[in-house]
Amino acid sequence: MSSWLDHTINGLIVGNVYALVAVGLALIFGVSRLINFAQGSIYLVGAYIGWIAVVHLHTPLPLTIVVVAVASAIVGLIIERFGLRPLQNSVRIAPLLATIGISFVLDQLVMLIFSPNPRALPSQLPDVRFQVGGGTIGPLDLLIAGVGLTSALLLFVFLRYTKLGWAVRATAQDRDAAMQMGVDVNRVNQAVFGIAAALGGVSGMLVGMYYNQIDTAMSLQATLKGVVAEVVGGAGNVPGAVIGSLLLGLVESYGVAVLGTSYRNLFAFLLLVVVLVLRPNGLFTSARQAPPEPLTGTFIAPSRPVNIPRWALWGATAGFAVLPLFPVSFYVLQTLINAWLLGMLGLSLTLVAGTMGQVSLGHAALLAIGAYTSALLSLTLDVPAGLAVIGGGLMSAALGTLLISPSFRLRGHYVSIATLAIGEIVALVILNWESVTRGPIGISGIPPLSLFGYDLISPTSVYWFSLAVMVVLALLQGRLLGSHLGRSFRAIRDDDIAARAYGLSLNRYKSLAFIFGGFAAGISGGIAAHLYSYINHETFNTQQSILALTVVILGGLGNVVGAIVGSVALVGLPEMFRIAAEYRILIYGIVLLLLVRFRPQGLLGTV
Amino acid sequence: MAEQLHAMLSLRGLTRRFGGLTAVDAIDLDLAKGELISIIGPNGAGKTTLFNLVTGLDRPDAGTVSFEGQDITGLSPERLAAEGIARTFQLGRVFGNLSVMDNVLIGAHTRLRAVKPAVPVIGPLLELGLALLRPARVKAEEERLREEVKAILARFGERLLPRIDQPAYSLSYANRRRVEIARALALKPRLLLLDEPTAGMNPTETAEMQSLVAELKTEGLTILLIEHKLEMVMRLSDRVIVMDEGKKIAEGPGEQVRSDPKVIEAYLGHGLSGRAEQESAA
Repeated sequence: MSSWLDHTINGLIVGNVYALVAVGLALIFGVSRLINFAQGSIYLVGAYIGWIAVVHLHTPLPLTIVVVAVASAIVGLIIERFGLRPLQNSVRIAPLLATIGISFVLDQLVMLIFSPNPRALPSQLPDVRFQVGGGTIGPLDLLIAGVGLTSALLLFVFLRYTKLGWAVRATAQDRDAAMQMGVDVNRVNQAVFGIAAALGGVSGMLVGMYYNQIDTAMSLQATLKGVVAEVVGGAGNVPGAVIGSLLLGLVESYGVAVLGTSYRNLFAFLLLVVVLVLRPNGLFTSARQAPPEPLTGTFIAPSRPVNIPRWALWGATAGFAVLPLFPVSFYVLQTLINAWLLGMLGLSLTLVAGTMGQVSLGHAALLAIGAYTSALLSLTLDVPAGLAVIGGGLMSAALGTLLISPSFRLRGHYVSIATLAIGEIVALVILNWESVTRGPIGISGIPPLSLFGYDLISPTSVYWFSLAVMVVLALLQGRLLGSHLGRSFRAIRDDDIAARAYGLSLNRYKSLAFIFGGFAAGISGGIAAHLYSYINHETFNTQQSILALTVVILGGLGNVVGAIVGSVALVGLPEMFRIAAEYRILIYGIVLLLLVRFRPQGLLGTV
Repeated sequence: MAEQLHAMLSLRGLTRRFGGLTAVDAIDLDLAKGELISIIGPNGAGKTTLFNLVTGLDRPDAGTVSFEGQDITGLSPERLAAEGIARTFQLGRVFGNLSVMDNVLIGAHTRLRAVKPAVPVIGPLLELGLALLRPARVKAEEERLREEVKAILARFGERLLPRIDQPAYSLSYANRRRVEIARALALKPRLLLLDEPTAGMNPTETAEMQSLVAELKTEGLTILLIEHKLEMVMRLSDRVIVMDEGKKIAEGPGEQVRSDPKVIEAYLGHGLSGRAEQESAA
């Protein structure tokens, strides 16, 4: 039985750490109705600042904590001032995209400065364990519990007894009323971001010490865990976030005890999906409130799409089709094949995120489903590669839609969280379901593409094949947008309440959008699998989801031609300028931020 | 009793509480076919919440809603739209990025037949297939609806027709209200709920709206109207219901309701109405 006590203690300690992240998220959500996707990046930055302090500056522990808190708070203030404040009056999607972009830029900067290799972060505390009942507890456990309790107490005093704390609570209750009563909302935002960042940074440092290891993958995990805890507790509910965090810590700790460490994250995401489906307002909020009526704001930036004449589009298509007949290098063809594959993913995401308004952050999961299905069909059942790819598309459409369906009743940020979690679940299932997916070993020896018995091996034939598939998908999508479904999707995106009042079922139309989008993404993944001949659980990762999102924003949300132009630009331009691979993701993040700030409608306009 | 048998919409004891506040408190209401009832009352009286309860956007804590003899309490808004209940929204809920044409076409969504076969389970997939293939039947249906939309827009004179392809976000406030009403009419409603259709309109525009609603009434449409402009309410309504703090405080023909002391009190506040009475007595 002693082990259960250990698991309980471990769960509560880990929960305490999550609480530091989740409380920050809850504060920010409270005052600005925004889920800060960059919270995990601050946690990462905090861990590395702690590492510099401990390893290079040899600071004593109390000073380390102060240094980390102050430095992280400064990062938070910078994010608030330069990343989010300029977007105050823009469309609802803008701050969401901005925090995603900021998180990517910060993670990449840390990775470039410190290299992706894990580092040890010594805890500076004596390594002893005390017997408590049947279990043991170490000084670091006590420190984490102490920091957690102290921050909770300080936060309580701040919110309850200081003038700025009142302003924070007033703004959280009613922003407009607070502003009219003379509350400086910008200062409130600053305060909240500073506090949230300080808590997040300290939390990252403590976790680093707890596991004696820090690496750049921590960021995404922290964001996910913090968001899960916050949503479980009820978005914007600070005490709820603490309880949600402890609950999450316990669920994980017991789950790991029963099934093993590789399932740790699965419990977190399953908890999230269950809470989102059963109690989307969190466990402690009894909200069955009438949704507010929107004023003039729209979800995406309103714009008139650039009208490109049909002949120009066909001309460009013909130009790309005859390109291999000219003496172009293999390298150019390879780059364009990548662009066409990304274009298919972009088409899928621009439909789902742009036309339907469901900003999916787990889109790479659809690629993975298509790729694994197609690879396994052709390897184990000897299905010809051409048919297997279609099978991959169909499976991605069916399974992807089924997996995402719990998020259909959600809006805005919640959709992004849910899809991010679902994407992680898919990756975890691929990693752990060894009998089918071959787990971490991956699938090798996938046969090349073939069509009617002819193998497509030369770069030229692969080029033509992927271009043709993409053009067909684009034409179909254009036709879809011109039908009653196109206007139904866009109506639901603009105002789902009014859409329902006119008989549009959200489940039905969101399903149809994901079926169509899932098919295109699955096809892209399937072709990629046969092209690479080897895939594993890391081939299709979050970076690709973010790249696709950048493509879609660059081209203009919902814009079919834009998705393709965006793909060519984002794949082609870094190649042209010979930008080293590790800088590219940083550049994608910066491009995303600049677009959201200065050209939210993208190159060709939103549709 | 006879009236109750013919009632198109009947509310019985309809109640909705938000925490400690009872926003709609045991409301009874009978609306006969072809009748126009106005609901008036000070801001926060619960009028819009009542609309939300009737149209399925919110669920009552107690009481029933029946429509043409059927109990429709707590049905989803999608179902109620299919039953022929259309509404407009107080603050305006047009689809900002859709053109005027598309906004109004969404109103006709429940009447799509050719492209939305009523087949269980695979119905949505057939809908996707038909939308992509677009056989002649589907094209003809779409064409017919587009013509209908133009006819509906023509009822607003030259206000909307010249802007038919403009996105709704570019329209003036008054024009957005018109688009909402056009969208509701495209549903071919059996019951129309209008939530302050003239809010933010100038006197000329209000007069236009008033004659449009009068026209709809003459055509036999059953209408439930929330409106603050009493002049319009008095001219249009068969009956007026006054709500205050969630309760129905008066009901009857306009002139009778207008002189009801309880109504005056609700609008002017207790102290004021007392003084007003004293003054008039003096």
